[in-house]
Amino acid sequence: MDRLIYLDNAATTKTAPEVVEAMLPYFTENYGNPSSVYGFAAKNKEAVTKQREEIAKVLGVLPKEIYFTAGGSEADNWALKAAAECCGAKGNHIITTKIEHHAILHTAQYLEKRGFEVTYLDVDEDGVVDLDGLRAAIRPTTILISVMFANNEIGTLQPIREIGEIAKEKGILFHTDAVQAFGQVPISADECHIDMLSASGHKLNGPKGIGFLYIRTGVKIRSFVHGGAQERKRRAGTENVPGIIGIGTAVKRAGDTMAERAKKETELRDYLIGRVLNEIPYTKLNGHPKKRLPNNANFSFRFVEGESLLIMLDMKGICASSGSACTSGSLDPSHVLLAIGLPHEIAHGSLRLTLSDETTKEEIDYVVDCLKEIVSHLREMSPLYEDFVKKNQA
Amino acid sequence: MMYSEKVMDHFQNPRNVGEIEGASGVGTVGNAKCGDIMRIYLDIDENKMIRDVKFKTFGCGAAVATSSMATELVKGKSVEEAMKVTNRAVMEALDGLPPVKVHCSLLAEEAIHAALWDYAKKHDMKIEGLEKPKSDIHEGEEEEEEEY
Repeated sequence: MDRLIYLDNAATTKTAPEVVEAMLPYFTENYGNPSSVYGFAAKNKEAVTKQREEIAKVLGVLPKEIYFTAGGSEADNWALKAAAECCGAKGNHIITTKIEHHAILHTAQYLEKRGFEVTYLDVDEDGVVDLDGLRAAIRPTTILISVMFANNEIGTLQPIREIGEIAKEKGILFHTDAVQAFGQVPISADECHIDMLSASGHKLNGPKGIGFLYIRTGVKIRSFVHGGAQERKRRAGTENVPGIIGIGTAVKRAGDTMAERAKKETELRDYLIGRVLNEIPYTKLNGHPKKRLPNNANFSFRFVEGESLLIMLDMKGICASSGSACTSGSLDPSHVLLAIGLPHEIAHGSLRLTLSDETTKEEIDYVVDCLKEIVSHLREMSPLYEDFVKKNQA
Repeated sequence: MMYSEKVMDHFQNPRNVGEIEGASGVGTVGNAKCGDIMRIYLDIDENKMIRDVKFKTFGCGAAVATSSMATELVKGKSVEEAMKVTNRAVMEALDGLPPVKVHCSLLAEEAIHAALWDYAKKHDMKIEGLEKPKSDIHEGEEEEEEEY
């Protein structure tokens, strides 16, 4: 199969050619260590500063509040562990949600083993956090609220501004994992009262292995990686200069094209959702119908299993992902799909399609046509479908 | 791809998919919670030979391929011979499975045994070495029906 239709842009994205082009000189020509004194290397320090400025502009913050990390997971780990450490005197309670990425969930579990108490907030059937639930969960000992900006599986956007307001009013640190949302939807750290925000380069057509943590001035969390004085002594290690050039270029690109991209992707996404729901019976859209990432569609096809679906799509040249257990190596399907109340067998039949700005309507049509055929084929083979049909006939 | 060519072949072109009306024995194993359900239909003649076999499976690529291979291995065999088709035999015939998928081959063995159990029960006979199937989706839990 020569054709490749890549609809897994929530997993990772193609590095934009102009991003690669911007990075290349920093491998073989401008390879100096930004901490060195001589002019040859010092100009790399300026290049790094310039990228920090570009990123700060898109987020509406100060350049010195951007701390480069090796990616989104490191930023999440840092935010939670360092906040727990620095605020330990005030209390030991952290609030997060049931639908966070594992970089948050597993870090929270790690902290639980070390004496912290964690509340995992429920979400409604669209995957939205309940604000009353959040208010009720706050204790005098609550030191941190961490709620993702948008969910990576079902695309639902959270009421981040309202959550930020609650956190501010109560004087609690507020962190958001914006790995999926940053560069896709407008984010103002100030308006949303965000104290810390995690983002990653490779989700927005930048390179892998680079991300950042935004830390509001005055938030006194300590270094996570100890060593040199890089990143204002808060994240040691020689700067990943090509990576930083890459993420900076990618963020600028994402910021410049955001409105136009969002409009195009939202239209195509809604076209995809419309066709799938109309043409494939016993199918459900997961996540909020409107308040969702412009490029995310997530479906559950009853009576079929996700991994089978993915392999058959792969044979048609289509790259997608699923929340099925078989794709994760565990016996349980995705924690996000269970949190929105899907029964196990329906969660097993989920499919996530995430578009890019290069996705075309023709590709979407091809994918829907393939899906119709594949879902129907798998249902013909499914004992669950057989039972369902017989029950309906009876 | 993490699957062998044989697994992919049996997944893409599964043998013996379908149902048998008035089957001599039907067995369903696994559960939807874990994401694997297999159902095997057996047509067994008066000489205890498996004339025909069909299957339906809800599950991953390995679940479909192991069901398909298991049906191939018992077709045309006697009931006693079918009892010797183990999960290991199914795996070997497929040139192996990734470690996380070994449970699929166990399920295929259980599905055959469950169908044979049903056959034995209907004919009031005992099959040497056959035990009551462990997991059957129709035991205990009622499936919830939801409309979309």
